[in-house]
Amino acid sequence: MNKINSIRKDWSLIETLIAQDRKILDIGCGDGGLMEQLENNRNAITHGIELNRDLAANAIAKGFNVVHGNAELDLSQYSNNSFDYVILSQTLQAMMKPKDILSELLRIGSKAIVSFPNFGHWKIRLQLLISGKMPVTESLPYTWYDTPNIHFFTIKDFLNLCNEMNIVVEKSIGLTSKGKQFEISESITGVNFFTHEAIFLLSYKNFEPIKIKSSKKVFAKNSVIAN
Amino acid sequence: MKTKFTTDTKLESEIAYFENINLKLESGDIINSFKLAFKTFGKLNTDKTNAILVCHALTGDQYVAGNNPITGREGWWSRMVGPNKPIDTNKFFVICSNVLGGCAGSTGPKELQNGSDVTYGSNFPSVTIKDMVKTQSLLIESLNIEKLFSVIGGSMGAMQALQWSIDFPDKILNIIHIAGALKHSAQNIAFHEVGRQAIMNDPIWKNGKYFENKEVPERGLSVARMIAHITYLSEDAMHRKFGRKLQSRDIISFGFDADFQVESYLRYQGKSFVERFDANSYLYLTRAMDYFDHDETFRKNVEFSHNPNNHLKYLIVSFTSDWLFPTIESKMIVNQLNSLSREVSFLEIDTDKGHDSFLLEEPQLDDVIKGFLTNNFVKIDE
Repeated sequence: MNKINSIRKDWSLIETLIAQDRKILDIGCGDGGLMEQLENNRNAITHGIELNRDLAANAIAKGFNVVHGNAELDLSQYSNNSFDYVILSQTLQAMMKPKDILSELLRIGSKAIVSFPNFGHWKIRLQLLISGKMPVTESLPYTWYDTPNIHFFTIKDFLNLCNEMNIVVEKSIGLTSKGKQFEISESITGVNFFTHEAIFLLSYKNFEPIKIKSSKKVFAKNSVIAN
Repeated sequence: MKTKFTTDTKLESEIAYFENINLKLESGDIINSFKLAFKTFGKLNTDKTNAILVCHALTGDQYVAGNNPITGREGWWSRMVGPNKPIDTNKFFVICSNVLGGCAGSTGPKELQNGSDVTYGSNFPSVTIKDMVKTQSLLIESLNIEKLFSVIGGSMGAMQALQWSIDFPDKILNIIHIAGALKHSAQNIAFHEVGRQAIMNDPIWKNGKYFENKEVPERGLSVARMIAHITYLSEDAMHRKFGRKLQSRDIISFGFDADFQVESYLRYQGKSFVERFDANSYLYLTRAMDYFDHDETFRKNVEFSHNPNNHLKYLIVSFTSDWLFPTIESKMIVNQLNSLSREVSFLEIDTDKGHDSFLLEEPQLDDVIKGFLTNNFVKIDE
């Protein structure tokens, strides 16, 4: 798969995770391709952020709500829960502070959609094992000294981080390098080995309400009782 | 309200007279009657959905496009407004009026006071950006236009566009706000004050009563313009344009002639400005900009406006080398709108041309304005 096809594929899979008539923030929206797709097919209200000036200008000229800016600095301006979905497609590995970004996504949006290339894929492991050099593949096509991707991680790493941050995976889509699609589950043997690209629909864990019985009332929802 | 329209053949401009309407200004002063000089371009469509108001900057006028009879040159934004231009007059009906307090035909300090043969001079009441916008809204109303598709402006024009979004959000669909800010900064007020002092210290100014003596405080006004002009450029642009090149000579004069090209250029800017601009207007309009301040109130205004303003679209544009209205000022507007989930777009254009970039050749500005207007117009037309 070439880069463009792989992005288109990514977009159509992201679309399947999104309900109708929702409000969406696309981080790294480029010239608005995914926004256009979601407006047309999902009747979405879309907003975008794009770091690249020319891409941002193109998106604005197409009539989309796009802010030319840096997600790592500018996400703080959005209010809590102001979007239904916040999308970060193929960019988490290029962020300075991926963990902070992840928590920002779920602060701004009720749900987050994150897609990334899996560094645990067997081709990458094999390249490093055999050649002893940093791997260069279709989904990670840059040499080590000239790459925007500064944080490499595998599906396992990502799921561990989600767990640590109390983030739950609502849905997931894995793609093999041949484009075969499946649901990512840790129970599948070798899932971290053959998943080429991964897409996750995330939200915060809903805590079970703590029920505390007093003599008169039952208090619920994590409420703190003084006596 | 009584409105009367006439055409001033000398100014080649339409004039709207608003008589006996007792317009209350922000200062509390009341103007009984006033007039606005305006120009229109293109045709209003039958549904009246294609009207755009362009607001001019400090020393601009109603001649946004076409020929300007005062200067004999092309309109100040003719590269942006016209048939097949980014603000396409084949598609849109463009209105541009001279602001209240201006000197190109609208009521201002150089006009005669109501029912007398003396000019206002410094008896003219203080005007603010809010007052300008109020009078523009009366003009739009008297043109029988209920809703503007867009209000567009750079610098002081951007202030007016923002004021429109605050005062009349239900009468507009979007604003294009270029090289502006929520407030006029301390540094900007400081530069304006130097300009005003230059005018008021010119012995010919005489408390603003110079017309009676048939004289104009040319020296003060030209110095004010020279100072202001520096703030509209950038160091890089000045260096690129002039460097240390000498003017019409090979060696320096060891005197105070305009040895350097940059000096000669500024002197020319000052000299040509006094031919087209009134010194008192300059005092009043710089003051109006100084008083502009929505720093504390903008967010609340957007959030709690009585008018439904959540349909409004905002396009905010800044320039990397603009140190008069730097990008950070635009971003404050963008941040506040984003924090309220409003439909806002923002672009910082990379250029070395400084604050004046919005008037100059900037292809990315053209593309963004053209695309923003065209595509958002398609959306309302559907």
